[in-house]
Amino acid sequence: MSPTQPTLFRLPPAAQCQLDDEGRLRHFLTIEGLPAALLEEILETAQSFHTASDQAARKVPLLRGKTIVNLFFEASTRTRTTFELAAKRLSADVLNLDMATAATTKGESLLDTLRNLEAMHCDMFVVRHHQSGAAHFIVRHVAEHVSVINAGDGRHAHPTQAMLDMFTLRQHFPDFGSITVVIVGDILHSRVARSEIQALRTLGVGEIRVVAPRTLLPREAASLGVVPFKSMEEGLAGAQAVIMLRLQKERMHGSFVPNEAEYYQFYGLTRARVELLAEDGIVMHPGPVNRGVEAESAVVDGPRSVILKQVRNGIAVRMAILSMAMRSHSW
Amino acid sequence: MTRLAIRGGYVLDPAGGTDAVRDVFCARGKIAGVELATEEFEAEQVVNAQGCLVMPGAVDLAVCLNPLGEQRANVGSETRAAAAGGVTTVCSVPETQPIPDSPAAVRLLMEQAQQAGFVRLETLGAAMQGLGDTQLASLGALREAGCVGVSNGMRPYASLMVLRRAMEYAASQDLTLFYHPLDHALASQGCAHEGAFAARLGLPGIPPAAETAALAQMTALVQDTGARVHFCRLSCAQAVDMLEIGQQTGLPVTADVAVHQLFLTEEAVEGFDVNALVSPPLRTEHDRERLREGVRDGVIQAICSDHQPLDPDSKMAPFPEARPGISGIETLLPLTMKLVTEDILPRTSAVERLTAGPAAILGRGAGTLAVGAPADLCVMRLDDSWVFETDSMLSAGRNTPFDGWRFDDRVQATICGGKLVYERGGAA
Repeated sequence: MSPTQPTLFRLPPAAQCQLDDEGRLRHFLTIEGLPAALLEEILETAQSFHTASDQAARKVPLLRGKTIVNLFFEASTRTRTTFELAAKRLSADVLNLDMATAATTKGESLLDTLRNLEAMHCDMFVVRHHQSGAAHFIVRHVAEHVSVINAGDGRHAHPTQAMLDMFTLRQHFPDFGSITVVIVGDILHSRVARSEIQALRTLGVGEIRVVAPRTLLPREAASLGVVPFKSMEEGLAGAQAVIMLRLQKERMHGSFVPNEAEYYQFYGLTRARVELLAEDGIVMHPGPVNRGVEAESAVVDGPRSVILKQVRNGIAVRMAILSMAMRSHSW
Repeated sequence: MTRLAIRGGYVLDPAGGTDAVRDVFCARGKIAGVELATEEFEAEQVVNAQGCLVMPGAVDLAVCLNPLGEQRANVGSETRAAAAGGVTTVCSVPETQPIPDSPAAVRLLMEQAQQAGFVRLETLGAAMQGLGDTQLASLGALREAGCVGVSNGMRPYASLMVLRRAMEYAASQDLTLFYHPLDHALASQGCAHEGAFAARLGLPGIPPAAETAALAQMTALVQDTGARVHFCRLSCAQAVDMLEIGQQTGLPVTADVAVHQLFLTEEAVEGFDVNALVSPPLRTEHDRERLREGVRDGVIQAICSDHQPLDPDSKMAPFPEARPGISGIETLLPLTMKLVTEDILPRTSAVERLTAGPAAILGRGAGTLAVGAPADLCVMRLDDSWVFETDSMLSAGRNTPFDGWRFDDRVQATICGGKLVYERGGAA
């Protein structure tokens, strides 16, 4: 027998490379592996910005002299805008690069783009990319002094969205332990769902359910720590919050679901179904909503909907994450 | 040609039935004798093999010498790496530059290997013109040029009808079809085993059904045509079950497995480690156990490296966009022998799956130390703990997940055609 087991030289696990030696946030790539205390710190910091932004003094000088690059390889309006607003309220200089139409389509590799930006002494990249693992890839190859914030990578993670949803949930339900959260729709392709599930688990939510046809659920979905339901009626019963996911139009062509009408019939959030939630239950959606597909308009605009609140909270939460990640820089 | 003696080693030749301390004598490129120590053989060159295992040189069924689209690797660099890895016959896969779909391309590859002068090259011809999906390559001409079999690599056939004709035509040219059981539509854009890890990391999955569905269809075609088929790179438990049933009913089917599948599982993709990105993907522990069992029972006849020497740029991309593959020829023997030290595989079976097993699939008479066989040998020092490091690799590809692994057995010398083509610390 060989005396020693093989030591597989692994790249650092997700959690480790996100934190510095003192356990402070350095990059924000995924919720997975982050300690609950750190998520709580994000929520608390966000709360302080949230309170401040209600007052007159909107700008804080925390990131003065820092340059943040919004590096978006995929189209986005809300996420990019709220990141930009967050950075500006922290007094950072912001550079918006719409990579979906820029250099990489001219054949420049992702890596070359990064090198060029590094050379311009940028301090932080906020990255959205269509491939899972893109943010990790960038961290692995970027200069030491640059922090990376994942603004959505493929189907993998969208951790800032998850945190703003946690923030919104907290506003309604301070005690997570006793609530049930339902996520409905295209879990398979959803980075939002993955990050939400991890955040909800880390923060100790009582029960996490998912409702979707099997074509839109990953294999071994239960291993994510959720309880899958086939029907909306059963899934929604008594829950405190339902998070509706966006259904991309192309899913209809890939035989994931037959058509929008059938999807709405079985998985759409109607007013009648909203009534199945707990009395104080809320409706969430990361946006943009396909009205009449994922949810009835009257629900989107209705009293239970906190969808616009989510957008508003996005600024404070992203301010918190940007400032915390920058704090780990030695300056 | 020199007369070479390999003295004092522990000779293990499963095909020839030798399992004892013996001297091996080589003359005129052939095995001249495997005997108790004797001074009668007048050797010009002596390899001291005391404390070493002397086995037939390994026959590696899956070596890409010059991957399509890559710049660095070539026949010279990779056959040299093969020699250092104890491999004396490399069977080149068709996804190589130039695509071996013409006698000229095949001869070019063979000439390059001969000029490099390290190891024997057997070539799989492209089954379809340009590795396309509808037009057969000139399989008869490819056989005459020296191809040992034909394959379309991982590329799809347009339909089962085209596939059946390829099988039948290959059979009438007495060529084995090497087939990757892979349903391309089911594999879709996948890059990892469709399981818990892919679910968590958001990686598009490849279900085991992509392999088993294709294997089932192919089994039906073998039943229908009686054509001989070799299944390449099995990755899942059910495929082994299905293959076993096929063999029990007397179908002419064989199979190989890449050695990394016998060690790594889906877990290795954690942290988006592109070095663990392979095709077919690494699967579950259950699959790994069944593959090991299949190797042990002989349902799987050969362990191969699935050697893919890639340029660094090919791995420099987010996980789903990186190119799959491991530069594995230098870890084929160390890993396989590790199965022995970890009591997973008896030593005789391990050596057989590296030598006589794959040699029988190629049907070219290597893989044994019988008198008159080609003098292709590997001398391995046993219990010589060492650490594998990418920096010391000879292959032009450094893409390996095994950097830093500790092994007990190490290739000491490689002899091909009676010529010392590698000696550790030596000049060869």
